[in-house]
Amino acid sequence: MALLEVKDLTVTFGRRGEKPVRAVDGVNFSVEPGQTVGLVGESGCGKSVTSLAIMGLLPKRGVQVGGSATFEDVDLLQLPASQMRDRRGRDIGMVFQDPLSSLNPVIPIGKQVTEVLERHRGMHKGEARAEAVELLTAVGIPDPQRRLKDYPHHLSGGMRQRALIAIALACRPRLLIADEPTTALDVTVQAQILALLERLVDEVGSALILITHDLGVVAGLCDTVNVLYAGKVVENTDRYRLFAQPRHPYTAGLLGSVPRLDAPRGQALTPIRGSVADALPWSEGCAFAPRCDNKIDQCTAQTPALEPDAESRRLLRCFNPVETPAAVEEVAR
Amino acid sequence: MTTLLTRKKDRIDELAEHGDSLSRDAFRRLSRNPVAILGAVIVLLFVLVAIFAPLLAPKDPYFRYLIDEVRQNSPLPARPGFPLGADQNGRDVLSRLIVGARQSLIVGVLATVAGLVFGMLIGGVAGALGGWVDTLLMRFVDILLSVPSLLLAISIAAVFKSANQWTVIAAVAIVSVPIFARLLRGAMLAQRHADHVLAARALGVHERSIVLRHMLPNSLSAVIVQATLTLATSIIDAAALSFLGLGDADPNRAEWGAMLGDAQTYFDIQPSLAIWPALCIIVVALGFTLFGESLREALDPKNRR
Repeated sequence: MALLEVKDLTVTFGRRGEKPVRAVDGVNFSVEPGQTVGLVGESGCGKSVTSLAIMGLLPKRGVQVGGSATFEDVDLLQLPASQMRDRRGRDIGMVFQDPLSSLNPVIPIGKQVTEVLERHRGMHKGEARAEAVELLTAVGIPDPQRRLKDYPHHLSGGMRQRALIAIALACRPRLLIADEPTTALDVTVQAQILALLERLVDEVGSALILITHDLGVVAGLCDTVNVLYAGKVVENTDRYRLFAQPRHPYTAGLLGSVPRLDAPRGQALTPIRGSVADALPWSEGCAFAPRCDNKIDQCTAQTPALEPDAESRRLLRCFNPVETPAAVEEVAR
Repeated sequence: MTTLLTRKKDRIDELAEHGDSLSRDAFRRLSRNPVAILGAVIVLLFVLVAIFAPLLAPKDPYFRYLIDEVRQNSPLPARPGFPLGADQNGRDVLSRLIVGARQSLIVGVLATVAGLVFGMLIGGVAGALGGWVDTLLMRFVDILLSVPSLLLAISIAAVFKSANQWTVIAAVAIVSVPIFARLLRGAMLAQRHADHVLAARALGVHERSIVLRHMLPNSLSAVIVQATLTLATSIIDAAALSFLGLGDADPNRAEWGAMLGDAQTYFDIQPSLAIWPALCIIVVALGFTLFGESLREALDPKNRR
């Protein structure tokens, strides 16, 4: 049974005097216990909004959330605010993109760790302090005893993200949502943080939803991947199949635009034409059609459904998928 | 690579040793800024003079020592025993200035504290709750703000039948309420959408502690700076009210604004009578402003590492 089952999740932002915007448009995916699931897509495709909707962290005013997010038999979207608050941080943890702004600048690191422990695990001060030292040690912060008294601005970016991960994992949540956890960090630190996430999620036994636009991160960490475009999942498969044989033209385009060290010198990257702003609403055919090289007449006449593609073992939302993907021989190695 | 890492670690250790608390961090930066030191010295001198005024004043500020001479000759210039001369009633100007410092400090501090308390209450509630409460409170504040501050203080002071120093304090305090209210509300609203507040929500922190521990403390630095600057304007406003005859009705009271007002009549004969209290007001206001501005710089998170 799935730990988290997201069904037909829609999020609509109402704007005064303008047409409402549907940021998430019927997203379906599930997360098994201990699994790592990637949500991939470019900026504005609805990745972060999906995670905030699951956490119940979207503003109440002007936002409509539909569908369901069933976490251990309970629909999180229907939970009263107080019960949802009890689950946040305890059952579901979250790591945000910007490690500096996500820590409270006027509270010492130690206090921010113990706050969660006192809140959710009912620890008293001394206990929480000891546990905080252990947590900071576990995420690789040297000399944690002294670090407890430090303020966020005393730490480097990587250290801050480590602290945030310690806080998010303090209550051993069964699900951790990491929203672009490495985007604000430099490349060497990125690798350390990803390795840390992978190890801890494994130790704690949490499932992980990894939100990213970085396919390199996906390749290293995710068991299954959901590719999002304009608020809908367009392709869902495991990471090996995704990289070896992308079927959706959008996925293929994303892979084709990744710089590679083993590419011949001077070879230009293949960008995807246009930008997300060109996306159609899904009601008028495939949203990706204006940017798609594989477009056929059916694409603008009818909206494709997310259907199992038996042959390539995945879910796919496309009338004319890529048959012989350019990347296949390179990745198959 | 390794050296880079160790160097970075050294830097972290060094930083950690230097600043282990935010207030100490700000203090360190203040103490390096000559402008801040100048402001602090002025403020400190002013406060010391105000506190020890009765001990420092060489003469009784209320006694009309030279009343007979003044009757013939109007205010007197400096002379032995009266280093700054005597006023139209034959009282020692220096002693009156010293005692006047105490009056200015009391009015300035009490008015600022009162304005701060009520302003923060209004702004804090509006910023924390939002919605119609926010709209209602802010419209009230807008009304207060729409009247020029001195005019507002004058009309409030005029409402009170018998003027004394408490009516002056009330009038000056009400003027600063909307400033604090808007400042804190604005800062709280900005905090509401800050990443760390979202992160705290994601940890299941209660709404009450989000407001009290996350939003409020991060909004305070602007208010602290404004309080320092408001001390200066409060002292000026209080002096202005006295100058206009809306201050303490007691004609004996040594008060810089009132002294300045009285000196007008004799300005062509004895200008020093007006210059000294005016200088006191300017220097003290300048001191608070310099200190407040440097405090703003020191507390600015953009300058923090």
